[in-house]
Amino acid sequence: MADTIDRSGTPLVEMRDISIAFGGIKAVNHVSVDLFPGEVVGLLGHNGAGKSTLIKCLSGAYKMDAGEIYINGDKAVINNPRDARRYNIETIYQTLALADNLDAASNLFLGRELTTPVGLVDDARMEAETRQIMGRLNPNFQKFSAPVSALSGGQRQSVAIARAVYFNAKILIMDEPTAALGPQETWMVADLIEELKRQGLGIFLIDHDVHQVKELCDRAAVMKNGELVGVVDVDAVSVDDILAMIIAGKKPQLAA
Amino acid sequence: MSDSPALPKAAPGMRNLARTLEIDTRLLGMIGAFIALCLVFHFLTDGRFLTPRNIFNLTIQTVSVGIMATGMVFVIVTRHIDLSVGSLLATCSAMMAMTQTLVTPEWLGLGLNHPLTAPAAIIVGLGTGIIIGAFHGWLIGYLGIPAFIVTLGGLLVWRNVAWYLTNGQTIGPLDGNFQLFGGIGGTLGETWSWVFGLICAAAALYAIWQSRRNKISHDFPVKPLWAEIALGALVTAAILGFIAILNAYQIPERRLERMFEARGEVLPEGFTAGYGLPISVLLLIAVAVTMTIIANRTRLGRYIFATGGNPDAAELSGINTRLLTVKVFIMMGILCAISAVVASSRQTFHSNDIGTLDELRVIAAAVIGGTALAGGVGTIYGAILGALIMQSLQSGMAMVGVDAPFQNIVVGTVLVVAVLIDTIYRKRTGD
Repeated sequence: MADTIDRSGTPLVEMRDISIAFGGIKAVNHVSVDLFPGEVVGLLGHNGAGKSTLIKCLSGAYKMDAGEIYINGDKAVINNPRDARRYNIETIYQTLALADNLDAASNLFLGRELTTPVGLVDDARMEAETRQIMGRLNPNFQKFSAPVSALSGGQRQSVAIARAVYFNAKILIMDEPTAALGPQETWMVADLIEELKRQGLGIFLIDHDVHQVKELCDRAAVMKNGELVGVVDVDAVSVDDILAMIIAGKKPQLAA
Repeated sequence: MSDSPALPKAAPGMRNLARTLEIDTRLLGMIGAFIALCLVFHFLTDGRFLTPRNIFNLTIQTVSVGIMATGMVFVIVTRHIDLSVGSLLATCSAMMAMTQTLVTPEWLGLGLNHPLTAPAAIIVGLGTGIIIGAFHGWLIGYLGIPAFIVTLGGLLVWRNVAWYLTNGQTIGPLDGNFQLFGGIGGTLGETWSWVFGLICAAAALYAIWQSRRNKISHDFPVKPLWAEIALGALVTAAILGFIAILNAYQIPERRLERMFEARGEVLPEGFTAGYGLPISVLLLIAVAVTMTIIANRTRLGRYIFATGGNPDAAELSGINTRLLTVKVFIMMGILCAISAVVASSRQTFHSNDIGTLDELRVIAAAVIGGTALAGGVGTIYGAILGALIMQSLQSGMAMVGVDAPFQNIVVGTVLVVAVLIDTIYRKRTGD
């Protein structure tokens, strides 16, 4: 899968020497990773390894203590989620980050509502746009007027994905996107990742499932206790190699 | 407050009808409960409850709490609470009373009943509400002190700031123009009430038509035309019926005589005039419409509900939830100031105890009206209906002659039972 990524140019995202501590605990300790256009980089590690924390520095949910982020080679300042959105960084959170009491369209456009010329929210147009994009992503989706609390895990996930796709993300962060899904829906997400890759997006994929990472990702970055164990080309290593990195923190010899 | 005695568990047929008409069954239930309540009191008082006179009084008594309840909806929807509204009302009222009895007539030398007095007082009141509301919002949103604590402190602080400002004295009478916003003195009269009613009905019909046209243009399903027409007819009948009732409340002959005397005329034989729509009720309607538009049609409202539903999601969607908290409490402050205008002008003076216990009435009205304390759910019309139900209960019992302690016991019980019914309803419908 990884054979056609061109890594000679400027990386889409470069996170350099990122550190963040909570209390006395160094959740992320001098970690550097990069991401190229059309590439999927998996972030692996135990619970508490620091992968979600690292990525939240990029999405603006946390403010890092030290380190720098470069987007297309330019230094980026990301202090909150609004800043991240300005750099076309979209995040699909593990907890989905949907407002349960609102309908699909309101959630999709939350924070970026379409408005009528007088400045009122244009619910009809937003619903029409939602119907259109959902028709592409998940044609079975019909509950447009129900609050998202009435939706299944897969339907909720497709709302969250639609939000990232609709606003032309360049950099997509997916935090365990398939954790709550059945096999059919997992397949749908995998398909979508393929399509987005082709469109040239860069994707950070946080996942627990090593097999899934090997299947969907080009490279895997493994973290343990807040530190980066290493970044490997998934096709150059075996599942066991990756597991050894996760569990023992041992970097395989063959990978560069 | 949905399953009322009047609508025992909406039958499947009823429910389908409600769905076709796209009417909220909760709203239907609340209206049913309200009508049942009115009929019971009407019967118990030998027909004195549902008279134009009493309906007129009920509406003007509801205004002050109703106005604040609309703001409380936003506060509770964002998972906060405001225990200070009664005290805030008192401080705003004290500031306005001082302005119109001391500042403008004496310090500025404008004398009594100057045309600028009422506007100046109202601006001072609104400013006071905005500043205190913003301060509360800042403490809650930016400093992270729980709203319960901030406004519990505010309950004590602002009540006594009002006391200190006025030395505990009753201040009055208030400016003549200012008093128009309060009670029976300021009404539109029959003709203008009809004009207003017709404008309202036309606006409602236009809104229904506009929404249908909008849906059609996006190829969304629409209600059958007959349902649309029936809804329009119902709304028109309700608006014009309300105006007709208020117009039917006749100004007493003695009062008319005095009004004519004041203009140097003599009351013609057989001349009658109705009060019509009180200006305070007009104010409540304006507030309700504005707040409903904010809730349903603006980004601000969308963010308020999103934050109530899932504060983390709102924050991650780029909503500045801290600033939002400040805005919500500023709105609450403005509404307290408007209520202060109505409350003080209704009693024609500022008193030290004005607005006492209003915080509880306002919270109760919002909650009876279906605002969930867990956040994210609530409607403006529900809160106003809740205020109306509370007020009807209170004045109905007073008319029947229920002892004062029992009145409060009943009101308290109704509040708890209403929330219980609502909880059961939500569980059943899976809302």
